[in-house]
Amino acid sequence: MRRRPNHLAGAGSLVWLFLIGLPLYVMVSATLKSQSEFAQDGPLALPDDFTLDNYTGAFDTGFGRYFLNTLLVTVCVVGIVLLLVPPLSYAIVRSRGRVTTGVFRLFLLGLAIPLQAVIVPMFYLISEAGLYDNLVGVILPTAAFCLPVSALILSGTMRDISRELFEAMAMDGATPRRVFFQLVLPLSRGGLSTIVVFSALQAWNGFLFPLVLTQSDSSKVITLGLYNFKTERGIDAPGLLAAVVLSMIPVLLVYLFARRALVQGLMGVGGK
Amino acid sequence: MTTQMTRVRPAAPPERRRRARTRTANVAGVGRPGFLWAAPATLFFAAFAVVPLLMVVVLSFMSWDGIGDPEFTGLDNWRRVLDDPVMIKSIWLSLLLTGLGVAIQTPLSILLGVWAAGNQKNRAVLSAIYFVPLLLSATAVAVVWGALLDPNFGVPAEATWLFGDGNLYGEQASAIGVLAFVSTWQFTPFHTLIYQGAARAVPPVLYQAAEVDGAGRYRQFFHITLPQLRNAMITSMILMVVGGLTTFETVLILTQGGPGTDTTISAYYMYERAFRSFDYGAGAAIALVLVLAATLISLVMVRLSGYDKMRSTTEGL
Repeated sequence: MRRRPNHLAGAGSLVWLFLIGLPLYVMVSATLKSQSEFAQDGPLALPDDFTLDNYTGAFDTGFGRYFLNTLLVTVCVVGIVLLLVPPLSYAIVRSRGRVTTGVFRLFLLGLAIPLQAVIVPMFYLISEAGLYDNLVGVILPTAAFCLPVSALILSGTMRDISRELFEAMAMDGATPRRVFFQLVLPLSRGGLSTIVVFSALQAWNGFLFPLVLTQSDSSKVITLGLYNFKTERGIDAPGLLAAVVLSMIPVLLVYLFARRALVQGLMGVGGK
Repeated sequence: MTTQMTRVRPAAPPERRRRARTRTANVAGVGRPGFLWAAPATLFFAAFAVVPLLMVVVLSFMSWDGIGDPEFTGLDNWRRVLDDPVMIKSIWLSLLLTGLGVAIQTPLSILLGVWAAGNQKNRAVLSAIYFVPLLLSATAVAVVWGALLDPNFGVPAEATWLFGDGNLYGEQASAIGVLAFVSTWQFTPFHTLIYQGAARAVPPVLYQAAEVDGAGRYRQFFHITLPQLRNAMITSMILMVVGGLTTFETVLILTQGGPGTDTTISAYYMYERAFRSFDYGAGAAIALVLVLAATLISLVMVRLSGYDKMRSTTEGL
């Protein structure tokens, strides 16, 4: 059956494209202008003299350092999530104990805890532990808050593994450890890449924990660097936007090469 | 019925029955992980999420300036917070901003999601661009819009015919408008994704049947698509409410709660009281109010919609 084209929807989608595209255009074009050109011609004009000074300038103001810090935080958070969540999800899906059911409930409730709810006590705990202004103090809570969603996504994937496979391995007398490494992990690759992308995004874009738990320049992450740039030298819009572009390059790369995992990571929370 | 069956068919010899039972028990038990597999993650989560959540309750009854040790002061924080006109105002502002978010983003993301669920080629390309805001951190979004809407160098300074004096942050209404708009820009793609997924899951049979019955595009949308999206709608709205109540970066970077306290929503006020006025006890009390509000609203929404009964949308198919 052939359908008429829906002109109304088409027009609406173009309006939305404009709304999404305009700031992205301004962001990229502004970074190619000098500060005086941006101030004179306004944000909408095309750049006259292309310059990359804004990008080199961003590195001069410490963004190289922030970049590495953020990378470190991201890698560690992903590592912790990968270490903790697969065994957890395996237990959630396959264990029959009442305790594990309780654990699953706990993580379901955990989905609803907003970061804001815990930052005051988190500040207290991290200071008491001597981890204030230390990236470890940012990594631990960030990883903890990735767990509920990751557990939900991965147990969803593991639930799809057919029961016959488990039964066949059980017939062979396989231990839980063997089942986990030979059956569950290889068949959960999709879910694993989803939780990697999800937690990496959380860590890379995280703001509240670093804002409250770090202070000095040497332990700044990129989002915090943007915030400081904006409050201290907000006049220099091209420089600021260059820093924004730099901060999103890694995420953009993931989007280009692992779009499925990314989209599924986002759907895992709401799509079910 | 069981007695009848035993009468008709003699029971298996006890010895054989027992063996059969142990074998099924074996199959069920072997290879099943115990609680220990879940223990590391649970302990970690308890330490860095559950314990702090419990502590926020305790801290709300204590006074702490961030340097010395916290001291019990009973209901003092609560009295001060609930008597504070800025706090009361911030609750209303939070609800207003959340309400605006739900009212604007829900219809928008349903339309976009249903549209993007189609499988024409150009939709794939366009939706790839639509989802770019998802990749930006909330900080980056606020910074970009901050530069774009800057009173002196941004678009409003050029388009004075539209924006008046160009300072959108000078009045409460326009400042709230900016916050609602930026949140919409930032979060609509996410909710669009939810609706896109749900719209793709609608059984095509329903549309074929409707087509046979001669229902047009709009009737199909209102009578098939929308009812089928119910579960997605509830999920998305709950996420909008929780996200709206905890909006923080946008306010911190764009308006700093101003003009005056006219955009000081509770989540931002909590940060200000705790980390700028060093009144952590009051901050904890405000945080608790926020959590309770978010939980309460979500629960009411779940109950009202009957989502907890998990009524399937594919019933009778």
